[in-house]
Amino acid sequence: MSQAVVDRLRAQFGERILETSDAFGDHEVRVAVKDWVDVARCMKDDAELQMDHFIDLTAIDYPERQAARFDVTLTMRSSRNGARIRVRTQVRDGEEPGTLSGIWAGANWAEREVWDMFGIKFKDHPDMRRILLYEEFVGHPLRKDYPIDKAQPLVPYREESEIVKLPPFGIEEGQPFARIDWESRLAGRDYQVSPSIGVQQGQRRTLSDSEAAEQIQARIEARMAREAAEASEETSKEGSGE
Amino acid sequence: MEPADELTNEEIALELSEEPMRLNMGPSHPAMHGTIRMVLDLDGENLVNLDVQPGYLHRGFEKSCERGTWAQVFPYADRLNYVSPMLNNVGWALAVEKLLQIEVPERCQYYRVILGELSRVADHFTCNGASAMELGAFTPFLWLLKVRDWVWDILERETGARMTHSFGRIGGMAAPPTANFKDDVLQLIPEVHKVVKETEIMLLRNRIFLDRMQGVGVLTKEQALSYGVTGPVARSTGIPYDVRKDHPYLVYDRFDFDVPVGEDGDNWDRFMVRLEEIRQSVRIIEQAIAQMPDEGPVDVDDPRIVYPDKDSVYKTIEGTIAHFKLVMEGLRTPKGEVYSFTEGGNGELGFHIVSDGSGTPYRVRVRPPCWYNLAAAREMLLGGMIADIIPTFGSVNMIGGECDR
Repeated sequence: MSQAVVDRLRAQFGERILETSDAFGDHEVRVAVKDWVDVARCMKDDAELQMDHFIDLTAIDYPERQAARFDVTLTMRSSRNGARIRVRTQVRDGEEPGTLSGIWAGANWAEREVWDMFGIKFKDHPDMRRILLYEEFVGHPLRKDYPIDKAQPLVPYREESEIVKLPPFGIEEGQPFARIDWESRLAGRDYQVSPSIGVQQGQRRTLSDSEAAEQIQARIEARMAREAAEASEETSKEGSGE
Repeated sequence: MEPADELTNEEIALELSEEPMRLNMGPSHPAMHGTIRMVLDLDGENLVNLDVQPGYLHRGFEKSCERGTWAQVFPYADRLNYVSPMLNNVGWALAVEKLLQIEVPERCQYYRVILGELSRVADHFTCNGASAMELGAFTPFLWLLKVRDWVWDILERETGARMTHSFGRIGGMAAPPTANFKDDVLQLIPEVHKVVKETEIMLLRNRIFLDRMQGVGVLTKEQALSYGVTGPVARSTGIPYDVRKDHPYLVYDRFDFDVPVGEDGDNWDRFMVRLEEIRQSVRIIEQAIAQMPDEGPVDVDDPRIVYPDKDSVYKTIEGTIAHFKLVMEGLRTPKGEVYSFTEGGNGELGFHIVSDGSGTPYRVRVRPPCWYNLAAAREMLLGGMIADIIPTFGSVNMIGGECDR
């Protein structure tokens, strides 16, 4: 990390550098979303800076922050003198910062991952597909309001009678020990533990915002009811047979 | 059917499709170790276009880290680059220590360096051996992997586990070095040199091996920088970037070692850079063994960070409470954000961590070196032939656990 880079960017952009920091020895500048691409291009092309070695681009979610929900950070290195800098911008939900993939090729995959995990799209990105997850995935898992124990209701539920797949292997399967239920916390609800624990304690219904998940839940319940009805029918038949 | 030379040009043209053929390679393919899918557009045997699709080993590492305590990340970190888990362990410990602004005692620093370099030796032997095996040379693979097993024997004696050690701790290590540690490592060193030499004899004058490695999978310096390539792949293109040299951490600034660089950025250079790095790692180990103090503490002296010893946990109420608080609530870190990076097996392994001041990480971002190396693999492969995918992909050394997290 290098103070010289911060000074140079300050000289170049003046007021457009909103904030600088050197906490923990990591030098950082914060810029507005509209200056994101300009600052990046300057870092690459400026004869003094030559930040040509792409290191990383990622995002951080602050759902409780009203103005701009996400931080997008870019870490860069200069191969000439080894200087390092982190650039940060704050992005509203739905806002699209410009892509850096035209400046550094490595930003292509990094931005695709940010889209995949946080749902931040980048303007003019050549290939804005999901990269780690599949296209049918619902939601963006690194958002804080995505429950860690949420399962994706995409595989059609099999009706074969020999496959017994009931809760806890249902919709919110596995990992019932997530600490914070962000969905409830944001909604200001009373119970802020994990949905699965809540259900086990009979506190409230399974949290599930996707319609598909609810449909499957309904189908499971319908099937259980049907099986219960069949079972009672059989017992009544046996009773009449005697 | 008539021989081809009796057919007119039009008839031949009719038999060959003008459209490129689309072929799926992987995710379950013997050469795509680590489950990667590649969609290839082929013109005969030539690659016209390809799309590299990672993600089949995605396990939600970063999301899982937001659930436990800082110390509970160590087992996950092991499973990032499972070929050299100790390097990830130390990388994570250093990241949290940077946030806590503490430095471990000198003995622990040397211990970390030696264990880490042993892991690097195992990592590079595995990669080079697998590269050779995929080109049909099975003997070198077994020959090189025996060194990995010797290294793992030492690591098992030290840590209790062959592969996923979970041995790092914030502010120290899980245990001090064993009594025989230095002797064990010193006994291994001549054997490593011997195997490196034998590898050179076996492979470096093999015509088939040369033809498939030299000039294949070329990456230029500019491309490597632009893609964010680091580690042996970057060094093979001539970028002398090694975190141990450029941004020394632990005690790496006290050792005399070289950073090998290549010229062409082809498979051959990547192979040779790794082979030379084994020698340099051994050099570091030799110096570290000589400098490492035999006595002294391994953990920092701070009960807010380090677990109390078991004796006091079982016999005193203070120890029990301290242990309980550290396990159940986790150690508290100051609020803030750090980016800490070390030289992993494949390049710059960065941990970008955000703390909200509680015992649980707010956000953990791993900068996996493989991720950017793999992104650049498209440049290496385009314009080549389908058979070149095997050695090139092998020498990029994509590790699924780290790439897909």
